[in-house]
Amino acid sequence: MEATVAQLRRGQKGIIKEFADETLPIKLLELGCLPGNEVEMVQIAPLNDPIYINVNGSHIAIRRETANLIELELIDDTPAL
Amino acid sequence: MSKQINVALIGNPNTGKTSVFNQLTGLKQKVGNYPGITVEKKEGVCKLARGVKAHIIDLPGTYSLNTTSLDESVAVELLLNKNDKDHPDVAVVISDVENLKRNLLLFTQIKDLNIPAILVINMADRMSRKGITLDIPLLEEKLDTKIALISTRKGTGIERLKELIADYRNISTAKNVDITVIAPEYFKRLKETFPKQDLYKLWLVITQDVNFMPIEKKLIADDASFSTKSKSELKRLQQKETILRYQFINGILKETYKVDLAAAKGLRATFDKVLTHRVFGYLIFFLILLLIFQAIYSWSEYPMDLIDELFASASEWVKDTLPSGVFTNLLAEGILAGIGGIVIFIPQIAFLFFFISLLEESGYMSRVVFLMDRVMRPFGLSGKSVVPLISGTACAIPAIMATRTIESWKERLITILVTPFTTCSARLPIYLIIIALIIPEGSFLGLGYKPLTLMLLYLIGFGAAIISAMVLNKILQFKSRTFFVVEMPNYKLPLLKNVGYTVWEKTKSFVLGAGKIILAISVVLWFLGSNGHSEEFKNAEQIVAQRIESEGFSPFNQASISENLTSYENALRDSIAQNTYALNESSIADSLQLRKTLLFERALHQEISSHKLENSYIGNMGKAIEPVVRPLGYDWKIGIAVLTSFAAREVFVGTLATIYSVGSDEEDTIKNRMAAEVNPYTNQPLFNLASGISLLLFYAFAMQCMSTLAIVKRETNSWKWPTVQLVFMSSFAYIVALIAYQVLK
Repeated sequence: MEATVAQLRRGQKGIIKEFADETLPIKLLELGCLPGNEVEMVQIAPLNDPIYINVNGSHIAIRRETANLIELELIDDTPAL
Repeated sequence: MSKQINVALIGNPNTGKTSVFNQLTGLKQKVGNYPGITVEKKEGVCKLARGVKAHIIDLPGTYSLNTTSLDESVAVELLLNKNDKDHPDVAVVISDVENLKRNLLLFTQIKDLNIPAILVINMADRMSRKGITLDIPLLEEKLDTKIALISTRKGTGIERLKELIADYRNISTAKNVDITVIAPEYFKRLKETFPKQDLYKLWLVITQDVNFMPIEKKLIADDASFSTKSKSELKRLQQKETILRYQFINGILKETYKVDLAAAKGLRATFDKVLTHRVFGYLIFFLILLLIFQAIYSWSEYPMDLIDELFASASEWVKDTLPSGVFTNLLAEGILAGIGGIVIFIPQIAFLFFFISLLEESGYMSRVVFLMDRVMRPFGLSGKSVVPLISGTACAIPAIMATRTIESWKERLITILVTPFTTCSARLPIYLIIIALIIPEGSFLGLGYKPLTLMLLYLIGFGAAIISAMVLNKILQFKSRTFFVVEMPNYKLPLLKNVGYTVWEKTKSFVLGAGKIILAISVVLWFLGSNGHSEEFKNAEQIVAQRIESEGFSPFNQASISENLTSYENALRDSIAQNTYALNESSIADSLQLRKTLLFERALHQEISSHKLENSYIGNMGKAIEPVVRPLGYDWKIGIAVLTSFAAREVFVGTLATIYSVGSDEEDTIKNRMAAEVNPYTNQPLFNLASGISLLLFYAFAMQCMSTLAIVKRETNSWKWPTVQLVFMSSFAYIVALIAYQVLK
């Protein structure tokens, strides 16, 4: 199952596949947002944006527009949003 | 010892870098700015064994040497520039035990610059709770460095760190990672062109977003073969570099870092669930806001009153003790009043930063940013604009300084431009006195009209900020591709010591920064108010004395004198009736006469200073602008107060007190005097509903604060934005006040 980080449900996990856009900030990579690493959706803000993820042990909040750029392979079979 | 050891503290945000800095230097630290830019520079001195001293610089927090902001480029520039006097002999890289993997990315980069680098692993006290075990000797060997395992919370490990710093010459300067493998051809050519340079340093200079070290950068840009690499190619190489480093780090941590997940107890999940909840999250934030406002407005009232009295009596003392003259007046009315005007804000600023740093230290502030980002975005603001907007209710100056954390220049600029609309504490004295004068008693839904008006003014200020943000968002066209990335740190119990340092340091920088301007303006205003060139000014004493002789005192003074005498006489007669004093009629007449002389003297003195002010330079200016302010319902006296309060709003009430020659700042006296004032053009009370509302709105919107303008100039590095702010806010204020007066009159 493929999706982007923005489509994860709360508690759902995935493995980062690749970046859709090379304009993705280098800061995200440095925080551990790299291909092959696991991402978990921790919390979604009340108005559905931004989202709060745990990637490789780093807890970070990003906006949906950024999360949309990160493609991943879902770990469990629950369909993404 | 001839030379100090230069030490640079560097690390990711939220690793406790500042705590380490505080523990190393204690209060022997100073905070300034890097020359020419607004990045804060913190340095201090640490005593090591055998009388050796270390000069410690706390560099801005950064996740890597790939810079995206001015703060980060300061760190990189210092590490690269061997000629800088602060270039470190040794770098101390602070990491936190839970985020070691990520923190090591920065460590390997610094190590590759061939600077001796000590690794500090902080928050060691959390290890057992989180089920973490570390093989320190093996980690030291693999990373080719020395490690200090410390806990700033428990105060352990600092001595070991000091020993390592003193012994920095024995720390290896070899590289961790050979980055040339990411593009062998490219680096080979680079080496051939610049045989003397270190490849990693060159690479950093080439890839930085921020324009620094212009000479070397130009050198490289001039060489056609290297400028051909496109931005996106470079970016891809940077990504490759990051991946390469993580491979190296993962390899090492696999052998040295073990986490027993079963032993890990996370408060994070529980707290997050409540604090970012769609209902409770906002509710809790709202309650915390209420608490902060309570502190700023209620609790700080006591120390503020105290300070007020202190400076008033100091000023009296100076006037009574020193021989009278220009110098004494300057000291008492210019300098002391000016300093008092600054010091009075200390309680509010200190309270504000106490709470903000408490919230930041605990990790809660990131949750607020998370909660509020989506709410703020339609207005062109960011979740990070919330802190400045809250701070703005105390004072716009620290609020504007707090915008530095906003990555996007556009969002930051909008926040800076709209923050002065929020109702700062300097507007409060004006609001209070005008509301007391013009808003009638009575209540609506159980709430009094007066408190309701005050609340409405706060809402108007906030609304003006939000709406102008929306407008600016439409107007300003910036191409800034910056991303919103907020780290959500673990919850921590705040260290009171750190909170204390922050409060001390921020308050100090407010007093010294804004204080200088306020003081200077106060002195200028004092000069303009106590000097004049006209005959009216020079002969004020005779002119006023003659006028009183022929016409008597002003109606207000006559009324207040007779009122005062009547109540004095009544009090005397009462006490006689109660047998407290035994006085006959003639001694009553005597003491009344004495009282009368005293009151006459005081009234004479007041009318002279009023006459002087009217004919002083500032009085001339006030009269000159009267045609401009008349349509708003003001006379030249209010015009003067508007002019003087251009430096700082709170000067308004004090100026009116002087103009109306009530002599003292007692609020009731000023209020009564203001209520008696008549507008010569309409023959109505000068302060009526129309002119009062017009004044309130004028002060709600106008940019009446020099210090804020100065701070905006500093933070945006140009006169353009403060000018825009001044023109826009003040003309908007004028138009709104004009409409209000013309409609209501």
